[in-house]
Amino acid sequence: MADASVQSSRSRDLDKLLLRPGNLVGPRFEPGPEMRDDLQTYARVLVVGAGGLGCELLKDLALSGFRNLEVIDMDRIEVTNLNRQFLFRLEDVGKPKAEVASKRVMERISGVNIVPHFCRIEDKDISFYNDFNIIALGLDSIEARSYINSVACSFLEYDSDNNPREETIKPMVDGGTEGFKGHARVIMPGITPCFECTIWLFPPQVKFPLCTLAETPRTAAHCIEYAHLIKWNEVHGGVAFDPDNPQHMKWVYDEAVKRAELFGIPGVTYSLTQGVVKNIIPAIASTNAIISAACALETLKIATECSKTLSNYLTYNGAEGLHTKVTEFERDKDCLVCGPGVLIEVDPSVTLQKFIDLLEEHPKLRLSRVSVTHRGKNLYMQAPPVLEEMTRSNLSLTLFELMGKLSKDVVNVNGTTTKNDQKISCLRKLSVVFKGIDGVTDMDTAGGA
Amino acid sequence: MAEPKVKYDRQLRIWGEQGQTALEKSSICLLNCGPTGSETLKNLVLGGVGSITVVDGSKIEEGDLGNNFMVDESSIGQSKAKCVCAFLQELNDAVKAKFIEEYPEELIETNPSFFSQFTLVVATQLVEDSMIKLDRICREANVMLILARSYGLTGFVRISLKEHAVIESKPEHFLDDLRLNNPWPELKSFAEGFDLNVQDPVVHKHIPYVIILVKMADEWAKSHGGALPSTREEKKEFKELIKARMVGQDEDNYKEAIEASFKVFAPKGISSDLQQIINDNCIEADSNSSDFWLLVAALKEFIAHEGGGETPLEGSIPDMTSSTEQYVNLQNIYQAKAEADFVAIERLVRSLLKKVGRDSNSIPKTMIKSFCKNARKLKVCRYRLIEDEFNSPNLPELQKYLTDEDYSTAVGIYILLRAVDRFAANYNSFPGQFDSAMDEDVPRLKSTAVGLLSDLGCNGATLAEDLINEMCRFGAAELHAVAALVGGIASQEIIKKLHYLGSSQLITRQFVPMSGTFIFNGIDHKSQLLSL
Ligand SMILES: [Zn+2]
Repeated sequence: MADASVQSSRSRDLDKLLLRPGNLVGPRFEPGPEMRDDLQTYARVLVVGAGGLGCELLKDLALSGFRNLEVIDMDRIEVTNLNRQFLFRLEDVGKPKAEVASKRVMERISGVNIVPHFCRIEDKDISFYNDFNIIALGLDSIEARSYINSVACSFLEYDSDNNPREETIKPMVDGGTEGFKGHARVIMPGITPCFECTIWLFPPQVKFPLCTLAETPRTAAHCIEYAHLIKWNEVHGGVAFDPDNPQHMKWVYDEAVKRAELFGIPGVTYSLTQGVVKNIIPAIASTNAIISAACALETLKIATECSKTLSNYLTYNGAEGLHTKVTEFERDKDCLVCGPGVLIEVDPSVTLQKFIDLLEEHPKLRLSRVSVTHRGKNLYMQAPPVLEEMTRSNLSLTLFELMGKLSKDVVNVNGTTTKNDQKISCLRKLSVVFKGIDGVTDMDTAGGA
Repeated sequence: MAEPKVKYDRQLRIWGEQGQTALEKSSICLLNCGPTGSETLKNLVLGGVGSITVVDGSKIEEGDLGNNFMVDESSIGQSKAKCVCAFLQELNDAVKAKFIEEYPEELIETNPSFFSQFTLVVATQLVEDSMIKLDRICREANVMLILARSYGLTGFVRISLKEHAVIESKPEHFLDDLRLNNPWPELKSFAEGFDLNVQDPVVHKHIPYVIILVKMADEWAKSHGGALPSTREEKKEFKELIKARMVGQDEDNYKEAIEASFKVFAPKGISSDLQQIINDNCIEADSNSSDFWLLVAALKEFIAHEGGGETPLEGSIPDMTSSTEQYVNLQNIYQAKAEADFVAIERLVRSLLKKVGRDSNSIPKTMIKSFCKNARKLKVCRYRLIEDEFNSPNLPELQKYLTDEDYSTAVGIYILLRAVDRFAANYNSFPGQFDSAMDEDVPRLKSTAVGLLSDLGCNGATLAEDLINEMCRFGAAELHAVAALVGGIASQEIIKKLHYLGSSQLITRQFVPMSGTFIFNGIDHKSQLLSL
């Protein structure tokens, strides 16, 4: 089908989608060269994670018309990444993933700019995340997803009718894989369920009861966890077990073998020991490619409305035959993260210090080490030390005064809470109402919940 | 640890070293290395396939830079196959990478024997006529074929080969093989050694639930003329009886027994799927029979005689509350029975081999063992010739799809993906390929699609106007994200196929490939598998 008149521009294929009107498109789709150029010039996407999904996402987005990308990842490249993280080579082992991934994609696709961030996601100011139009998540941990979700939802504001303000919605696309299975989802905070609304989709890992490990081991994993969780502390009291230390791992393996021999249990291997102790999730290139591509496609659709969007959760399972399914989950109306905020009624005389103490005792929140911001202004910050010192004097002032004597308003708090015996960072939006201040009726307070 | 073992660690955890060996022995041929083909191969090269051969006759144009990561600016005007091959080689130096600068369509016409050297051919972006010809060539040469195509926001993946027997090693829907509904004598007598009324509470709460259920089922049968609970009331009553035996609230073993009591109620004997396989025509053992069908013939014998209606026992048991000692003892009981069943099957296999005139040791012990362990889960996938499907699809299915809300978009895409090839054969370009012809292409595509439907026997069937419009809008564009997704699925299916290709090593045939045609719907992701 060779024809001289085929326009051979770099966006030859993408132009068909972005320049032509369509019938199955979003309401705000305005086909034309401007749309393509705006996508290239103004759309800013953050990719969280530069691993199996992140590498694919960067490539897919860069070849889907996006030119302003940033990527954040705290990890360095390991040999075990090379079976799927195609932007990395053996000689890259030990280098930061975010940096190498950005460099490789920019080398091959001219015009694309990718800014790498080699750090923890919690290290960035919240405002960093507000700079992006869309956040694409390529993560393997529930805690990290939960954190980014709470950050994106913290930007969400509601109007007086409790409808989300459109300009404050920070869309996210999220992917995850395990072996031959995976999921891709679109999160529009305030409209579709956020990560926390459907947290039950990610049940916590079942742990073995300690008495089984100590008294009646029956499987290889029981022997390994005995060595890892019980024997290690008995012998090395005080020395924290480091899963990345090969000597530590070897010690656990040797102990597990001894225990397995003692009880006549087969199957303890070094590989299984690593798998159990580090909770290694098997991963292959093809599944990452499938899930990332679905996420990138949805990112393009969110940015341009050039087609319908995924509504709102896609599961893929290639282990037995091939199954894909789209499920439309619903928001949890009482969600603490993407709802209008947890209603807190306080007396106007309450100081900031007292308010922070209240949050620790609040049954829905249980927040410790709390920092408080109001309309972008820091009221109290736990860290860094400079900011802590600057805001410390606010602790003795009343919250009412600090919030500009408004009868009610939203504050954002950031702190740590405990979930499944683990301390995690989290952000919460609080809808603060001052008791007995003019303009507040019982009706208003009831409606804020 | 050796470096490759570390590099492949995350996939070895899924398919083990035998699976990896199967990959490393394979040679793959790719036809057309646009983004769909390139991305398919990328995933295979990363996983460590043996060798790849990239076939493409085109030169790199500027437009290719916008959708294919494996070509770059400095290679404009050069061979696409060469450039893609070089990039793929960079990903994994253990893979032997080659390229041939030739158009696949020409190769199919002029050199059909070319394809017989490969274990698998993956053909991307071929039009209907070439697909049909290539499929015939590959069937004849007994080479597996995977077809993949990306077209705008749509695409498809289809597998073609004569037959694929699978032994699922990790099927999620299979229950543990415990035989609680049909315990063999050794298990029964082992259970007799336990006393459910034992006074010592520590002993009482460590009796494995398997033993509790065997004893309770035995008690029930004695008072019910040999029958096990079958009605809803009986099942409820059975559970209540177990509950009544608990002496403390914290007895996890009794809770496990109540939860697993349905295993006592399950029907005896083999599943209907397995029944179908042992009744298959292929089972008549002769010297041409494959190892798989000889093993199935032996299995049939076993089920009819030694097995007493059951398959050989799998031999493994799940973790359960128990003392270590009793758990190990129980494991030994199950393993001994599995071993005895294996010995019986092995004897049958050896005598069958002799009967058909083959060396009686030509099927290795390890394979027979693996076959026994997984006998309950055999599966045979068969694929129609593409030409047959295209000319005479399963009409009732097609009609059902056309009217079923869940399938109508997917089958619309299927029909339109075929219609665009007819269109191209008639008008020398794909619908919507050029901006100037958009207005006339929509009605032309519509009439082409309606014509195709009526040729297939669906007179009067129509497709959604919106979808026809979208198909013209796509204008045969190969979008990167769609190509990566379609290519990803193709590569995953290929990996499952390659495990099968551990040829005589049944051990590694552990994943079930898809059946039918996978239609990718990138509009709302409501993709479907169609069996036509
Ligand atoms: Zn929520």
